Amino acid sequence: MKQEVLREVQRVVLNLDVNGERAELLLPVHKTLLEVLREDMQLTGTKHGCELGECGTCTVLVDGRPELSCLLLPIQLEGRAITTVEGLASGSELHPLQQAFAETGAAQCGYCTPGILLAAKSLLESNARPSRDEIREALAGNLCRCTGYAKILDAIELAAGRMA
Amino acid sequence: MTTTREFGVVGKPLARVDAVTKVTGRAIYADDMLLPRTLHCRILRSPHPHARILSIDTSAARRIPGVQAVITGADLPIKFGILPVTQDERALEHEKVRYVGDPIAAVAAIEEEIAAAAIDAISVEYEVLDPVMSIEDALAAPRDERIQDYGGPNNIHKLVALEFGDVDAGFERADHIREDVFFFQGNTHLPMEQHSAIATYVDGRITLWSSTQVVHYVHRALAKVLELPMNRIRVIGAAHGGGFGGKTDPFAHEIIVCKLAMMTGRPVKCTLTREEVFYAHRGRHPVLMWVRTGATRDGQITAMHFRTALDGGAYGSYGVASTFYTGALQTVTYDIPAYRFEGCRVFTNKPPCGPKRGHGTPQPRFALELNLEKISHELGIDPVDLKQRNFVKPMTRTVNWLRVTSCGLDECTERVMTASNYRRRERRPGHGMGFAISSYLSGAGTAIYWNDMPHSEVQIKVDRGGVTAYCGAMDIGQGSDSVLAMIVAEELGLQPADVRLVTADTDTTPIDLGSYSSRVTFMAGNAAIEAARKMRGMVVEAAAAKMGCDTSAVEVRGGRIGDFTFEEASVLAEARFGTLTSAGSYTPPKLAGPYKGSGVGPSPAYSYSACVVDLDADARTGLVHVNKIWIAHDVGRAINPLLVEGQVEGSVYMGLGEALMEEQAFRKGLHKWPSMLEYKSPTFVDMPEVETFIVETDDPEGPYGAKEAGQGPLLPVPPAVCSAVYDALGVWIDEVPVTPEKIVEALRRKEKGEPGRFGPTRFPAIPYPPTIKVEPPPRDLPSAAPAAI
Repeated sequence: MKQEVLREVQRVVLNLDVNGERAELLLPVHKTLLEVLREDMQLTGTKHGCELGECGTCTVLVDGRPELSCLLLPIQLEGRAITTVEGLASGSELHPLQQAFAETGAAQCGYCTPGILLAAKSLLESNARPSRDEIREALAGNLCRCTGYAKILDAIELAAGRMA
Repeated sequence: MTTTREFGVVGKPLARVDAVTKVTGRAIYADDMLLPRTLHCRILRSPHPHARILSIDTSAARRIPGVQAVITGADLPIKFGILPVTQDERALEHEKVRYVGDPIAAVAAIEEEIAAAAIDAISVEYEVLDPVMSIEDALAAPRDERIQDYGGPNNIHKLVALEFGDVDAGFERADHIREDVFFFQGNTHLPMEQHSAIATYVDGRITLWSSTQVVHYVHRALAKVLELPMNRIRVIGAAHGGGFGGKTDPFAHEIIVCKLAMMTGRPVKCTLTREEVFYAHRGRHPVLMWVRTGATRDGQITAMHFRTALDGGAYGSYGVASTFYTGALQTVTYDIPAYRFEGCRVFTNKPPCGPKRGHGTPQPRFALELNLEKISHELGIDPVDLKQRNFVKPMTRTVNWLRVTSCGLDECTERVMTASNYRRRERRPGHGMGFAISSYLSGAGTAIYWNDMPHSEVQIKVDRGGVTAYCGAMDIGQGSDSVLAMIVAEELGLQPADVRLVTADTDTTPIDLGSYSSRVTFMAGNAAIEAARKMRGMVVEAAAAKMGCDTSAVEVRGGRIGDFTFEEASVLAEARFGTLTSAGSYTPPKLAGPYKGSGVGPSPAYSYSACVVDLDADARTGLVHVNKIWIAHDVGRAINPLLVEGQVEGSVYMGLGEALMEEQAFRKGLHKWPSMLEYKSPTFVDMPEVETFIVETDDPEGPYGAKEAGQGPLLPVPPAVCSAVYDALGVWIDEVPVTPEKIVEALRRKEKGEPGRFGPTRFPAIPYPPTIKVEPPPRDLPSAAPAAI
């Protein structure tokens, strides 16, 4: 059955706005945003941990809100602004969150880092000086196995202080 | 190698050398690689926990357009395994499958979806066998057949029985003897990155990029199974998305992509799904434990008898070592004058267990700490006092021949006691505090396979001021690259950013055995110091000649070598000596005692930790809320305190997950929850505040006195949680994870007048072999010298 499905894949032309750059792509309709970013746009900064919406690793921003790219279809996203970790820095100048994550040791293996950076960016845009508990709530959907979360909390507080 | 001089970069909380790469999303993990013409590989896995394979028909799969190759076990018949004594795995099984997830066939296709469709089109005929799913089952006669054709009797894999000193006499001397049975449930590493590997075959040479902790051991396994000389294979560690021990075995998918690349002439990539990662496993062994301890009236331990039964899963993996580890390190924290250890590992039809952070030692640590705590209550002695009275002393040798050098147990205990106010803790219903300690290796004293070669080597090249350090060590997120850069920079008077690193590449870097057993800082660190000091000698000599002074007058600091910049001095040195290269290596001292099995346990140095957990436990719901954890860790010296804190906090986190929720459980032969949603691990909101204290004891053999930090601090957390639950509610939960239903059940039993306890009640009868009696080390042996073998 799967073989028949493979033969009948429907493709569509889509215009996506990723990190302020517009791209026109011919895509199978069922391909997730995660796959399109990584495989069709070479934006491999967005990682995957489960591809089932369970771990938060593939978090990107859609119109500034954190979304799981493994659960989104690009066909839903024409005309929406998509931000990935590659869109955080301004040229070679790091975003304050990136700078703080680097300084405080908030990234160990670094695999969950892109998703957490984007979720944190969204939080700070709606709440410039969140409490530690507010940060925890906002990031509860992003798992990290290395840090025990402590240095990530430190980093977000440091960045919030600098951005305020 | 102890030094008292002022450091330039050692001891400073510097950012990791790869920090910017990682926060910008530019680190290239194996699955991020997509070479031109890459084929995608999927693996067919067994749906049965135990079955004979009668036939495999791949013809339909081969007919699917886009499928480039289909392989089965007949294409990769040579067995491999991480330990030389248990070469029991095949990359693809074609005779028998031993757990749900055992690999059977693999496909390379132009798209991943085509590969998946082809996998579905393979038909396998099985003769389903009765699965063995528990330790008790494995000890009994098999209803159909044994899982493996070695070991025994029944499904026993390994048996060991050792005695050090006169244990019977020790129990006779005791005023008080206590026996307990404990169970530590298995759990898994759950790295955020799924295992991934990509291979090419060009000009008769294989190149594999993989998410592995041990490029050298993967290299060896590939050479064996693919029947290629090692010089035709190159293994490169890609950026690493988390290991925790879970990527320390050579894996089937790594071998499969190489074979498929050889067959198709195209790059082949395989990334495991999250479900497959649960099957790859090699995680914490479930261990049933029985401990009998004798103590004098004032709490001095006179003898200990420790039994373990490990549920090993379907293959050997590191299991023989894991079995010895469940008995090895009890003596490294407490002075036990007579000690008997009986261990047993069984095969079951589950994914193989192996090394997870603390490898084989968190389970016995859990049992040991709680057993001593219970003894202290019975003797009316404060548990902290009782433990402290038995702490090992620095520069001593244990009854099982382990050499203890630096030991910061007293200071670690003092730090967490004072900070947590444990002794004057608040007494209110449902509130409790618990204390536990632990120790771990700074690298295993012996390699996985017997050889006399160094365990780590570092080469340094200097050219026109550019410093490059080459080492096989693999940075798995713990920061080993940063430690290497800091050490080389320290010796050459530079900053870490001045040092370019080439690591974990079997073609371009000299050997390092890899990132396991907390060995990298100690072993690669010492090798780096040696190489860097030789290089410093050359640039200093050249500078001194030009300055017309003695080398001792040439100061190396702040980017300068005497009167010159480092770059100028390196040009002078290259003119004087030719190409500037240096090398250093580290071979651990021969520390093993004179008995079979003594290779597991020795380490050039042991780290020490002490921990206090503060929690509230609800008697009605059984819910536990951890308020705060204090942890003090004797790391010898923190080469980078920021990274050490990160390792300690991460260890505490993982220990808390194991204590409260993480559980690799099975039902009817199936993994109950092979997904990140159902396999519970602590989130941001579950994690309490952790206050970390770094204790420095300046180890005599560690690089600048450093020891390990990445594993030891996990160990005291589970027993400290259980001790705090007892403090809060007066019931013992003698198994982890400590779930609400276990607490409620223990309270219910207590209410009924039964013992207020939840946990295993009996330890099975195990046919341990006759005990090998080992004389304790002679008293006149110089304590810091290696043991005579």
